[in-house]
Amino acid sequence: MEKKRGLSFALLAASVLATGGLLAGGHQGDVGRGLPPVVHAQWQAECAACHEPYHPGLLPARSWLAVMAGLPQHFGQDASLDSATRQSIEGFLVTHAADRNASRRSERITASIPAGSAPLRISEAPYIVAKHAKIRADVFARPAIGSRANCAACHTTAARGYFDESGVRIPKNEASIARPANAGTAQ
Amino acid sequence: MRTRDTLMLSLAACALALVAVAEAATPRSLLAGYDSEARKTEPAFTGFDPRRGEALFRHEAKKSDGTTASCTGCHTADPKQAGRARVTGKEIAPLAPIANAERFTDPARAERWFQRNCNDVLARPCSAQEKGDFLTYLLSVQ
Repeated sequence: MEKKRGLSFALLAASVLATGGLLAGGHQGDVGRGLPPVVHAQWQAECAACHEPYHPGLLPARSWLAVMAGLPQHFGQDASLDSATRQSIEGFLVTHAADRNASRRSERITASIPAGSAPLRISEAPYIVAKHAKIRADVFARPAIGSRANCAACHTTAARGYFDESGVRIPKNEASIARPANAGTAQ
Repeated sequence: MRTRDTLMLSLAACALALVAVAEAATPRSLLAGYDSEARKTEPAFTGFDPRRGEALFRHEAKKSDGTTASCTGCHTADPKQAGRARVTGKEIAPLAPIANAERFTDPARAERWFQRNCNDVLARPCSAQEKGDFLTYLLSVQ
């Protein structure tokens, strides 16, 4: 009789610990709450020439397709690519797009964008707009930031796909601060 | 015996191919390329001029949306200095070979950026003359 109760207790303790372990395992520091790490040499080399490489999980596939179809007029500049490179990068972006990955951030971005809409700018996704609503417009004009396109200026962990508030450091309004040299290839 | 000969020939061919690929271009070799192209396509070609190249570098084009497009817009007035991309502020390594040894060592890369940026500023491709003038100017920057 004693043995059985001891065994039951042991089983109960083990299952509690295991469940606790499973719950905690998904939260490996910040990595579990971020976008999945992605690698693509041409995306890094070509797209990071003029801006930080925006993680594909920040926009749905239909947005990336629209961006990649309009490269000759990419936000006022010609960003044309040869056909093979364009297709390769496009495939990569679509594969890891917000509506193709299960990270919480991506799911919320996707859910906030109406089905018929394909915003070209991450900063125009309703979820992103809402997240930044408390920040005054003039903050984005600070010398160290410049515009809403410069995510990494405040999101110090953007390169790792982690956008939680704990990684945010908003630069002060000081003209003497040079803009951060965002990570990317030298030309 | 035959198989071994074929194998040796293949290896030799591979080695030669690798050597050919490994020899990266230089700004001078790119310039030579623009020179031969200009001789073929421009009957009045008399060589490159760094002053024309500088004029092209500093040219400001008024766009239909009221903005101004110029090489200096991103590369700044001094090609030895680091530049900044418009809107995003991303740093751009210096354009002048004297300040950046990687510049104009990859023909495909040079062509891609000429194609894009000439379209931005001139709304058309740059001619071999213009590319040669431009590179001659950049090489003259000390």
